Amino acid sequence: MNLGPGTAVRIKDAWPEADGPVHVRTPHYVRGRSGTVVRHLGDFPDPGDIAFERKPAMRSLYHVAFRLPDLFPDATGDELLVEIYDHWIEAAGRAQA
Amino acid sequence: MNVREAESGRLLAALTSLLSERGLISDDELAARMAITESASPKQGARIVARAWTDPGFRERLLADGTAAVEEAGVFMRGLPPLGVLENTSEVHNVVVCTLCSCYPRAVLGYPPFWFKSPGYRARTVRDPRGVLAEWGTAIPEDVRIRVVDSTADYRWMVLPMRPAGTEGWSAEALADLVRDSDMIGVTQPKASL
Amino acid sequence: MADSDVQDRPRAHHDMGGVPRFLCEEIDIEPHELTPFDRQVDALRQVLAAKGLMTVDELRRGIEEIPEEEYLRLSYYQKWIRSITATLIRRGVIDEADLRARLDGAAS
Repeated sequence: MNLGPGTAVRIKDAWPEADGPVHVRTPHYVRGRSGTVVRHLGDFPDPGDIAFERKPAMRSLYHVAFRLPDLFPDATGDELLVEIYDHWIEAAGRAQA
Repeated sequence: MNVREAESGRLLAALTSLLSERGLISDDELAARMAITESASPKQGARIVARAWTDPGFRERLLADGTAAVEEAGVFMRGLPPLGVLENTSEVHNVVVCTLCSCYPRAVLGYPPFWFKSPGYRARTVRDPRGVLAEWGTAIPEDVRIRVVDSTADYRWMVLPMRPAGTEGWSAEALADLVRDSDMIGVTQPKASL
Repeated sequence: MADSDVQDRPRAHHDMGGVPRFLCEEIDIEPHELTPFDRQVDALRQVLAAKGLMTVDELRRGIEEIPEEEYLRLSYYQKWIRSITATLIRRGVIDEADLRARLDGAAS
């Protein structure tokens, strides 16, 4: 996956913590929400694997921006920026699974 | 004694003595780590900020690659997470939080402050940043966008605040004295008269 | 938006962003001096990481595995020492029975 700045994306609406022990770096409040890639920050070994002593997959890490009101209905018109690994990102507009 | 219920100080002492006996750690190594950690304080970050305010080339390099720029300025970064620097401008004000844990740019700011690790700060900043900043008496004008940066993964983020008005001609040393850890996380803004 | 709030999602308890329960919580902005215990735990984690005996991701996993009530009650570095202990036992770096014996010995 190679996403350029400005690419519209959606974060997967997945809840792996419901299925057993995991270590996840995608905050709950962006899951299923749409945002915009700001930039590719680099490629890093998946902390979710390292935390469980598995051989880590390499993940591309992106800075993704969201409008705060798209995350919280009561929020002001400000912005949120968060690091998201590629395996949590899907193309915007894709139908919900 | 149930290990999970042991009082924390005794747990630390028991663990340390076991590990020392096995030759896995030593008191000297622990002392050396403590000394290195103490040496990283907000003064490091303040020095970086003041240099960025007075040296446009350094500012460019700092924003493009925080890790390389602070290494150039003498901060030890090897083996540490990469550093990203977010610039406050007249259009955007950055504030950093770690909602999942306590990720903090320790190389340049030292130990994270108590409030940074608190549930209130972690929960509220992403939902009501203006309300959180108000706890510090910080008011950002309506026409300035707040950008909340949730530090969740491999980077550590530091804010480059705006240089306060009324500091024209000040030395980098005098400017560095104005900059606090809270300015470099974005909950406050440096002022010429503290 | 169908899911306008975060109440019903199966989030983990450490995943605190925007969670209503904490939205009315005041933030204690005063400086808190670290205790010698805090500094020692911090240094211990660094030494263990430098020696490849545990990673920061395992530290975080161990913190996240602390049940919610304790997670909220324990101090920051109390959570760390709990997680460090659990990680070293799981990895077989130390033996739980040895540690228990050491704690019992120290209790007398």
